[in-house]
Amino acid sequence: MVDTAQHARRAGQLLPLSERPSVRAALIAIAVAFFLSFLLLPLMVVFAEALRYGLAAYWAALSEPEAHAAMRLTLLTALIVVPINTVFGVAAAWAITKFSFTGKNLLITLIDVPFSVSPVIGGMVFVLLFGLQGVFGPWLAQHDIKIIFAVPGVIIATLFVTLPFVARELIPLMQKQGAEHEEAALMLGASGWQTFVRVTLPNIKWGLLYGVLLCNGRAIGEFGAVAVVSGHIIGLTNTMPLHVETLYNDFNFVAAFAVASLLVMMAFATLVLKTVLEARAAWKSPRRQ
Amino acid sequence: MEIAVKDLSKRFEQLMVLDRVNLQIRDKEFIGLLGPSGSGKTTLLRILAGLDFADSGTVSIDGRDSTRLTLDERGVGFVFQHYALFNHMTVFQNVAFGLEVKPRRIRKPAAQIAKRVRELLTLVQLETFADRFPLQLSGGQRQRVALARTLAIDPKVLLLDEPFGALDAKVRVELRRSLRHIHDSAGLTTVFVTHDQEEALDLADRVAIMNRGIIEQVGTPVEVYETPRSPFVFDFLGHTNAFDCVVRGGKAYLGAYQLALDSAARDGPAVAFVRPHDVVLSRVDRATIETGARLPGTALVRFMSALGERAIAELLYDKRLIEAEMTRQSLQDLGLKVGSKCTISLRHPRIYPRQEAEEQTRVAERAAARPRKRRRLRDHLSTLR
Repeated sequence: MVDTAQHARRAGQLLPLSERPSVRAALIAIAVAFFLSFLLLPLMVVFAEALRYGLAAYWAALSEPEAHAAMRLTLLTALIVVPINTVFGVAAAWAITKFSFTGKNLLITLIDVPFSVSPVIGGMVFVLLFGLQGVFGPWLAQHDIKIIFAVPGVIIATLFVTLPFVARELIPLMQKQGAEHEEAALMLGASGWQTFVRVTLPNIKWGLLYGVLLCNGRAIGEFGAVAVVSGHIIGLTNTMPLHVETLYNDFNFVAAFAVASLLVMMAFATLVLKTVLEARAAWKSPRRQ
Repeated sequence: MEIAVKDLSKRFEQLMVLDRVNLQIRDKEFIGLLGPSGSGKTTLLRILAGLDFADSGTVSIDGRDSTRLTLDERGVGFVFQHYALFNHMTVFQNVAFGLEVKPRRIRKPAAQIAKRVRELLTLVQLETFADRFPLQLSGGQRQRVALARTLAIDPKVLLLDEPFGALDAKVRVELRRSLRHIHDSAGLTTVFVTHDQEEALDLADRVAIMNRGIIEQVGTPVEVYETPRSPFVFDFLGHTNAFDCVVRGGKAYLGAYQLALDSAARDGPAVAFVRPHDVVLSRVDRATIETGARLPGTALVRFMSALGERAIAELLYDKRLIEAEMTRQSLQDLGLKVGSKCTISLRHPRIYPRQEAEEQTRVAERAAARPRKRRRLRDHLSTLR
């Protein structure tokens, strides 16, 4: 392939699928310009604004107790939500791909609901369920349980929004793999748990990690659903994205962008990990097939 | 182990995959389930394994209802069509799997497991491949790993789903023989599924021929080949030539030519099925034109080929393509050329009512479809020469 291309170039000819140099340059320029202005520039602005008054101001903004509280809440949320949705995702993908049962297609569709509805609606649903005027509101009030405008609300809303990630990642993967390996393990006398740990898990581990990563990214970054249920109580129910908004509305730009820069860095870390995992999986797959 | 399948039925939505199937499998028997795709053979095998459940009917192993037996009591090993090897484990780990997942109280110590695995790898001639991963092996080697892995749990019954389906012809025959050897020396009762009639007839003690969820015939390879009970069985077991004929008063006629009738067929239109090696050709000029010794009219030679000692002539007779098979010498002796004419007589015809024959086989369709296939074979043969 390369040889043909070089040969053609030497002969001053164009291959059918190679365009004129001018066209090529123009296409690349458009792509790069778009990337710079819509992706890189905004991110640079975040860091530029955060560091406008120097590192000391940046550090001070991040050292505020409210900022710390927001970070703690965001991490706590991710720590609770990601494992729950991982277990749910694996269980759902397992049920959908290894068994046939009535309502299977309905379940596949329902898993996608959090993807298809606006996160704001996701949040509102829980206000309607657990809010003071909501379905369970009076009962919760009687027993002095606070969900809406409290930490449980934040966690529930995040759970809802990030529910599909792991399942969505695993279902196509496990559908492709079929149930034959599991059947083989069972026929060899393995228990259900042994089959899962020794056979299924190694087969899906890269997809699973990828799903967990995406779930984690969203759990940290979620704004809409959480904004509805949290009530923005600074130091109590403000997650990092909500805290950024609060600070920004208070014209505290340095602090807002400082916290935002942390979120950007987390997102970057996620992307880098994801790329590594993808490369790892791609490196494994030709050997696997 | 004796396996008794009784009135087994299984339905997938509208389709009867198994329709009241009965089958007795004797101890230490090697039995082949043969049929086209969709005939229910794999479903039957999976039910025997306990991987699927029947809607009604029973499977008993040594007289005990198999659905009530635990896997250990059942003693069934299953080899999957695509081997289902654990790709993240080495060959050694794959074979050891069934021994290592046993509950601790009955699990053997690691050294004994290792010893057993080495024995099995020697048995399937893979002792030097213990540390390889499945994806580093050829298809035939993977198949043997799958076999060793299944044998590790000491099954009494070995079930194999299309065991040689994905392998090339030469490896297939080799593995066939070694499987038969393992079956005999380990005293197994073996059931395998295949759609390849040659494989089934070559390997099995008895063959069960399945079609659309029922077992059409069970018998030794010789029995089913020589006395096929239905047009389907005849057609499925080898190349089939079909001749329209009529049954009248207990005799079958093709014009004035009388066909030997070995079973009492009803009067009416019928089809005579004849294998290519039972189609006998004679030259027109040499044939004494005594009525009744040959089929009426002549056949046109369309194509001839010889591969080794075996020669094939393809003829057009009564708008149908007929294949005749003989030794190369006798084809030469006939002195036929493409385009020349000859007369035909038939040995060992099997005569079935026409309606039944057309329902169960695709006699009519195939007459039109075959020339294309033949041309492909011809191209193939010319490249060989």
